[in-house]
Amino acid sequence: MARIPASYMINRLLTLFLTVFIAATLIWIIPRLSPIDPVDVMLGRMAAGGGSIENSGAILTQLRESFGLDQPLVVQYFLYIKNTLTLDFGLSTASFPTPVAQLIGQALPWTLGLMLISLIITFIIGNLLGALMVWENTPRLWKVAIPSAMVMTAIPPLLSGLLLMYVFSSQLGWFPLTGAYGLNVEPGWDAGFAGSVLYHGFLPAMSIVLVTFGFWALGMRGLMITVQGEDYSVLAKAKGLRPRYILYRYMIRNAILPQVTAFALQIGGLVAGQVLVERIFAYPGMGKLLYDAILDQDFPVIQGVSFVIILMTAIAVFLVDLVYPLIDPRIRHGRD
Amino acid sequence: MGVQGTTDRAIPGAARGPGAAPPELTARQVRRMKRFDNPWRNPKLIWGAGLLLSIVALGILGRLFWDTDLVFTGSGMPRQAPVGVENIRGQIGSWAHPLGTDVSGKDLLALLIVGAPNSLYVGVLASLIGMSTGIFLGFTAGFVGGRTDDVIRVLSDVMITIPPLLILVVFQAAYGDISLTLMALLIAAFVWQSPTRLIRAQVLSMREAGYVQMARLSGASTGHIMFREMLPNLVPYLFGSFIANVTTSIVTAVGLEVLGLGPQRIPTLGRVIYDAINSGALIQNLWWWWGIPTLLLAVMFIGLLLINLGLDEVSNPRLRRL
Repeated sequence: MARIPASYMINRLLTLFLTVFIAATLIWIIPRLSPIDPVDVMLGRMAAGGGSIENSGAILTQLRESFGLDQPLVVQYFLYIKNTLTLDFGLSTASFPTPVAQLIGQALPWTLGLMLISLIITFIIGNLLGALMVWENTPRLWKVAIPSAMVMTAIPPLLSGLLLMYVFSSQLGWFPLTGAYGLNVEPGWDAGFAGSVLYHGFLPAMSIVLVTFGFWALGMRGLMITVQGEDYSVLAKAKGLRPRYILYRYMIRNAILPQVTAFALQIGGLVAGQVLVERIFAYPGMGKLLYDAILDQDFPVIQGVSFVIILMTAIAVFLVDLVYPLIDPRIRHGRD
Repeated sequence: MGVQGTTDRAIPGAARGPGAAPPELTARQVRRMKRFDNPWRNPKLIWGAGLLLSIVALGILGRLFWDTDLVFTGSGMPRQAPVGVENIRGQIGSWAHPLGTDVSGKDLLALLIVGAPNSLYVGVLASLIGMSTGIFLGFTAGFVGGRTDDVIRVLSDVMITIPPLLILVVFQAAYGDISLTLMALLIAAFVWQSPTRLIRAQVLSMREAGYVQMARLSGASTGHIMFREMLPNLVPYLFGSFIANVTTSIVTAVGLEVLGLGPQRIPTLGRVIYDAINSGALIQNLWWWWGIPTLLLAVMFIGLLLINLGLDEVSNPRLRRL
């Protein structure tokens, strides 16, 4: 195992910290520059909702407190940073008095699960297809079919989600329209629940896979073209190794590593895409939480969800940066 | 990586580089070959540009032949179907509203004529601003170096991690309605990073190139070296990065609109899709309502992708196939 130089580690950690810090500051500063007072907007909404509001006094106090209307700005800012870094985002105004952190805690596993599964599938399919585009023994039909399928790359997951939902849920009725598990299933660690979750997660995952595999395939194609010209590939062929063996052991193995760094740059876009897919499928993850919060003008939830997603993204990028020199010994860090 | 390593198919491609015509050809043949060898005459590039132009044409011709004021008020029965299609109430669409109407009776054709170019406008404007910022910062970082370079590098590293959609959601939730141009400006704040990184890397590698040193020795100013000597060499990369950013910007804008944010009174494709989903168009089988804007967006994105693939082939002759 290669060792990670301390300077590189510190550099990456600083970037991570700075990212989180800047994101938190932006989220804090933006509403304060706004000519609209969020508290006014919320109170207006509540009043328009009609009827008497339970706990309205408590909500007001909570709002005043969360927007810190009674303290100097600097104090407000540091309080906010302290709270945010301890993942305390205050209380939701729409489902008062549930803490925002609790709502996020319920939504996060769904988002992470969906993301991880679609990511793994995409990575495998995308890289394999990308390699097949370059490989000389690929059947002719595939060589034509794969580039045509690349057209899908152009479409954001939101649109493919709409399309899949229409065809497979609304028209054919093969998959459920919304939700993450059936209404008649009790959440728990059993086969029935797991099956229901997989069944409900299939279309959301597919709508992401369908449009993101092309990103990996294109990257892989570029890398494979380079690898194909390397001496070791030529030698392997000259030795008379089986083509399939050369493909997996000589070419893909060497080409796949830089793909991992490409991943770090892709995370942000993936997250945003998934937020929208969840909104379409009413999948109970962060995307739906965010969308509901926007509808309800639930400002603490909007801030909390945005921050947590950015935090997740930053941590993922950090991890990729750290893991990369470990899996690819050719990379020497600390020179940049 | 030499010639012996490339595929058989790539060798004729490589030999067709400019000026590589065999000497026994007549001058006319050479001219013809050169003309067809112009890398910018790439079919993907042309198709992609054509698709984008069709969106622009929809906006221009639509305004000439159709009344776009219909986007502001309902002018017909709600949820009408396109011509020849039957909606859930059994009503067949009429020519009064060739693509049907939305939930408040607004004409969908008019919404699309105004909305589609709007989406393109946001993407191009955001990307242009992001690009200009990126060119400026990238050259500055690569040329000035030192502390300036550190600051720019770290800042772009940091900002590239933050998904623009989320910051924009916070912004919108706090500010309410915004205009198209303001939305483009906000998106531009998140698309300068990749051009900055790209240009910085290129500038660093080109700084010691022979022609740059020659220019410096002949006393050319820094501005001259940057923009007259180096920038032209970066054009294919810049174009590629620009197109990729247009895509990102449109995706972000549509994402905002589908979440119910973005401009509230100006028609955009994302807004039409948002209305359709919210009015249960998917369940009521009103496919045209969300389907046609989706199709237009797909045309836009596929056009952009084709342009980008074409540009890749222009800047990297190895990818060209003949």
